[in-house]
Amino acid sequence: MANSPFVLEARGVIKIFGNHTALDAVDFGLKAGEVHALLGENGAGKSTLIKILTGAYQPDGGGVFVQGEQVHLDNPLHAQTHGIGTVYQEVNLLPNRSVAENLYLGHQPTRFGLVDHRKMEANAKVLLQRYGLNLDPGSELGTHSVAVQQIVAIARAVELSGKVLILDEPTASLDRNEVERLFEVVRDLKSRGLAIIFITHFLDQVFAIADRVTVLRNGRLVETRPLDSVSRTDVVRLMLGKDIAFSGATDLEPENAHSEVLLDFRDYGRKKSVQPFNLTVHKGEVIGIAGLLGSGRTEMARIMFGADPADQGTLHISGKPVSIRNTSDAIAQAFGFCPEDRKAEGIFGDLSVRENIVIALQGKLGWFRALNRDEQLEIAGKFGEAMDIRAASLDMPVKLLSGGNQQKVILSRWLATDPAFLILDEPTRGIDVGAHAEIVRTINRLRDDGMAMIVISSELDEVVAYSSRIVVMRDREMVAELRGKNINPGVIVQAIANHPDEAVA
Amino acid sequence: MKRLHLERLANPQLLALAGVLLINWLLFPNFFRITWQDGRLFGSLIDVINRGAPVAILAIGMTGVIATKGVDLSVGAIMAVCGAVAATMVVAGYPTPVAVIAALAVGLACGLWNGFLVAVLDIQPIIATLVLMVAGRGIAQLITEGSIVTFNDPALIFIGTGSFLGLPMAAVIALVLMVLVTFLVRRTAIGLFIQAIGVNRAAASLSGIRSRMLLMLVYALSGFCAAIAGIVVAADIRGADANNSGLWLELDAILAVVIGGTSLLGGRFSIPMAVVGALIIQAMNTGILVSGFRPEFNLIVKAGMIILILLIQSPLAGRLFTGRLVPAKAARK
Repeated sequence: MANSPFVLEARGVIKIFGNHTALDAVDFGLKAGEVHALLGENGAGKSTLIKILTGAYQPDGGGVFVQGEQVHLDNPLHAQTHGIGTVYQEVNLLPNRSVAENLYLGHQPTRFGLVDHRKMEANAKVLLQRYGLNLDPGSELGTHSVAVQQIVAIARAVELSGKVLILDEPTASLDRNEVERLFEVVRDLKSRGLAIIFITHFLDQVFAIADRVTVLRNGRLVETRPLDSVSRTDVVRLMLGKDIAFSGATDLEPENAHSEVLLDFRDYGRKKSVQPFNLTVHKGEVIGIAGLLGSGRTEMARIMFGADPADQGTLHISGKPVSIRNTSDAIAQAFGFCPEDRKAEGIFGDLSVRENIVIALQGKLGWFRALNRDEQLEIAGKFGEAMDIRAASLDMPVKLLSGGNQQKVILSRWLATDPAFLILDEPTRGIDVGAHAEIVRTINRLRDDGMAMIVISSELDEVVAYSSRIVVMRDREMVAELRGKNINPGVIVQAIANHPDEAVA
Repeated sequence: MKRLHLERLANPQLLALAGVLLINWLLFPNFFRITWQDGRLFGSLIDVINRGAPVAILAIGMTGVIATKGVDLSVGAIMAVCGAVAATMVVAGYPTPVAVIAALAVGLACGLWNGFLVAVLDIQPIIATLVLMVAGRGIAQLITEGSIVTFNDPALIFIGTGSFLGLPMAAVIALVLMVLVTFLVRRTAIGLFIQAIGVNRAAASLSGIRSRMLLMLVYALSGFCAAIAGIVVAADIRGADANNSGLWLELDAILAVVIGGTSLLGGRFSIPMAVVGALIIQAMNTGILVSGFRPEFNLIVKAGMIILILLIQSPLAGRLFTGRLVPAKAARK
């Protein structure tokens, strides 16, 4: 086995957290001198796989092989001695120390037992020049741009490890020129024979730099393919769909099914967030928003809700111009918003189910028209029952509920405010089957009751099932509005993947 | 109904207070003796509530701040500023009510400044309030021109040393303030909103809670309470001491709030329990003094007591008491 074609390999790796299988017998092989893109939506298992390859986690089954030899990696430091280095999205270096210190921290050149600063800075200067950086190694790292910091982090990782470089979303906070600069460094390292794993959400970048691509979905390996044999559509389909059908089209509602316009967004947008978009929302209509992670779906929702208010364009509600500068303005207009990150932005973990349900209504009522305990219990009980929230008591902390029940609590919170327009960002992600069905049922029920809704979801077949229209986002821009007949997940995938260069189907 | 009351009495704060008082009684058998003299009550117990009042007043304001996951380090300095304002104004001949109202207004302004730094400029509370903690004493010294401003205004002195229904005025003020503020936060939605901000500010903002306004309010309230405490202390010693008035009391106030069961991580809070926390601290101080220990012991005993109380409140102790020594996460599965 010693003459394996792979520098670094995972064979049949299994990782289980509690009763959730994060990785299920995943194979992954990395060759020297290639850039290998690792793709998958959130929860696909990318970061778990990386953590196993770098020794941060131990696999529950299968093994990690370095040049054909099975190795047991105790921790990332140990992985470094096997030649595996990692650069994370957030630069985790010390911004208040010099560039040279950051490069050599932990293995500084010494002289009589003391750090030899002169030698360190001289070495750093030479090293950085190889990466096309001509800067003073004595300067503070924090004074340089994120791109430069990323390159310093790469230089450090390569210096320390030298065979395998793992780049975990290194471009997330870089602009176009900086990305190009980073890519030059990556191409150079590739030509020097390094094996590079590249994780990103940006498909353009994958096609710009990667040689092969591995797609994970729900903890399973979908496929590893050379990039020159796949199209964008193929990649998106691999990422999103278990059974994305190109046949069996659903007919969405005809264009004039709803007459009463509730919301009319014109050239609505926010700088550095989402390109201006035009969208009308009718009463009793569900608009599905599809797009890959990072395509601007969530940003669009936050602009509509005033969480990051729009800085251009106009909004008319029932024909009257309205300006939404913050979330209170939006709620006053009977908007509601269930955020994507339930834990960080949705629930109040330590507060009771009852308080979690009434809080938005109370926010609307203001400081001095307080709902007393009995009123709170009645409201919470009513919506808890309607949404089938499984909680031992309405007074228990909401953090003790399951994810699905927490999502129902947040949905109840908004329904208690009697909204006219509800924005749901990934309402069914990471919740159990029962809660999933309940939430889809609720979406249908609310639509039939005449509520206008926007639902962001990666579950394309689900989006097709309940939407009246589907808006497609790509690269922070609304790129298509699908309506009418013959809509199926395949059509959406094509719309997501379509590159300006590729012919529009 | 009866069971409910018993449970309430058995909460850790009241048990701790009872324990401290009991120890005081063992060390000093006359501890609970209360006498009636000149139309007012005297005794060690009365002394505890009288001396504990300034910290209790600070703790009332501090509870709201800590519940929003903040902290107000400036209250001691605000006490000095407000005491200086009240003292110099009565000395300059202004009527007592004017001097008191001016001092309260200055405290409110100081609190609003803190609130502005925290809520609008988004500065971390510990740094934002550090500004006034440092600058406040300087301002107080400028007002008193470096000396201790003494006064003889009987109305102002009454606030610090007078009595009402036999109880010391300072304690009466603390009690009334506690009832008013508790009523304000519990009978309105303010208490719920404060908790919501403390638990998850991002979610609070997405739920339409105007967290900036609310943060301004809690810091303003804290400044206002500090002003009251500053006036009480100045009135008690009949003078404004810019250097020492309220010195380190912010730490006692924070401690009182934490002993009262409000987590520094924000969220659930109880104003009456913070006041009980202040009384626990003062009972320890008084106990050490009356029992004849050297006052230096005070700090060590206090530190030991704090560790004990915090241990009782820690999640580990909670699990020990309920007999579940497994992490809560695993227990849920």
